[in-house]
Amino acid sequence: MKAKIRKIAVFLEETLTEMDRPVDPPTRRAAAAAVIENPCAGKYVEDLSELMDIGEELGELLTQKAVAALGIPGNAAESYGKAAAVGENGELEHAAAVLHPKLGTPVRRVLGKGAALIPSSKKRGACGVSLDIPLGHKDAAFVRSHFDGMEVRINDAPRANEIVVAIAVTDSGRPLPRVGGLSKSQIKGEDGLR
Amino acid sequence: MPEIRIRKKLILIEEIFHEGGPVTATPQRRGAALAVIHNPYAGAYVENIADFMEDLNPLGLSMAQSLLAALGGNPSVIEGYGKGAIVGASGEIEHGALWHVPGGYAMRELLGGAKAIVPSTKKVGAPGARLDVPVTHKNASYVRSHFDAMEVGINDAPRADEILLALVMTTGPRIHARVGGLKASEIKGEDGLR
Repeated sequence: MKAKIRKIAVFLEETLTEMDRPVDPPTRRAAAAAVIENPCAGKYVEDLSELMDIGEELGELLTQKAVAALGIPGNAAESYGKAAAVGENGELEHAAAVLHPKLGTPVRRVLGKGAALIPSSKKRGACGVSLDIPLGHKDAAFVRSHFDGMEVRINDAPRANEIVVAIAVTDSGRPLPRVGGLSKSQIKGEDGLR
Repeated sequence: MPEIRIRKKLILIEEIFHEGGPVTATPQRRGAALAVIHNPYAGAYVENIADFMEDLNPLGLSMAQSLLAALGGNPSVIEGYGKGAIVGASGEIEHGALWHVPGGYAMRELLGGAKAIVPSTKKVGAPGARLDVPVTHKNASYVRSHFDAMEVGINDAPRADEILLALVMTTGPRIHARVGGLKASEIKGEDGLR
């Protein structure tokens, strides 16, 4: 493996009630985050291909971890998202190199499908910085009930020369969706949008 | 007796491979189970609250079971533990103290014969408040390699009328423990201390 991983954190969240109304079945979402060494920290590096390759490795590893935490087959996942936080000696472009060129293909392989864009966010920050991972339906980005976000943080990362890379996967949308829009039963699944 | 009303649950598992030193063959794992429950005593001073401890026993046990399962299911690999609570702003610190008995009972019950006191901490806080849950060896509080802590929290909890309950288990010493003191191999195991 190219990625030098210091730690991995997996979060599994279940919501059982909201405003005292039962959420049945409970909504569930999982995120897996890896803390890796940033091989490009501390200097300007023109060619970021090493980070792109790391993104490919983490796309598979973290998606598998998240799906395993949910205890579902990959194709039962409903929404997904990704995010990265670069330590202070790195560039935002390093997060982009991990997240964008190669990470998505293995994510979709693990989930069986995934016609929609994987929503993403990135930032630079210190240890304990929070990542708000955006979430969208994996086959149709316009499914309104699945527009969501999941906050994760690791208190001791990223250190200055590290990157936190996170992937979130759910088996459901928001707990009590009621703002209309496209519903998952209406997905055509042709263009990744509707 | 007030019923237990759970809004959400979170399981968090960390795998630690190194912290700048040698990479271990077996990563240290730390896990936390969190539950966000309604605080039946929020908003007013209630004199008699102690009965709620018994009501919390089944929840404590189910949290400990979920946590152990997420760490692989084998009680003998669990070496350290801790517990804590964050009380929402309409409650008192004394409500957090209700967790001492059921939280400890749950983990002892499951880990079979754990002798050491379960270290704990608690506070009153807003949604997103973080809690550094102390961790010590389950059979001998003075084992220096196992003095540890795990930071936990949930971005949207505890609301003012809620309590966030936490249990923590670890599978080994700090990743690069090397400051001497009583070793796990030297435990006498008579008094829970040494």
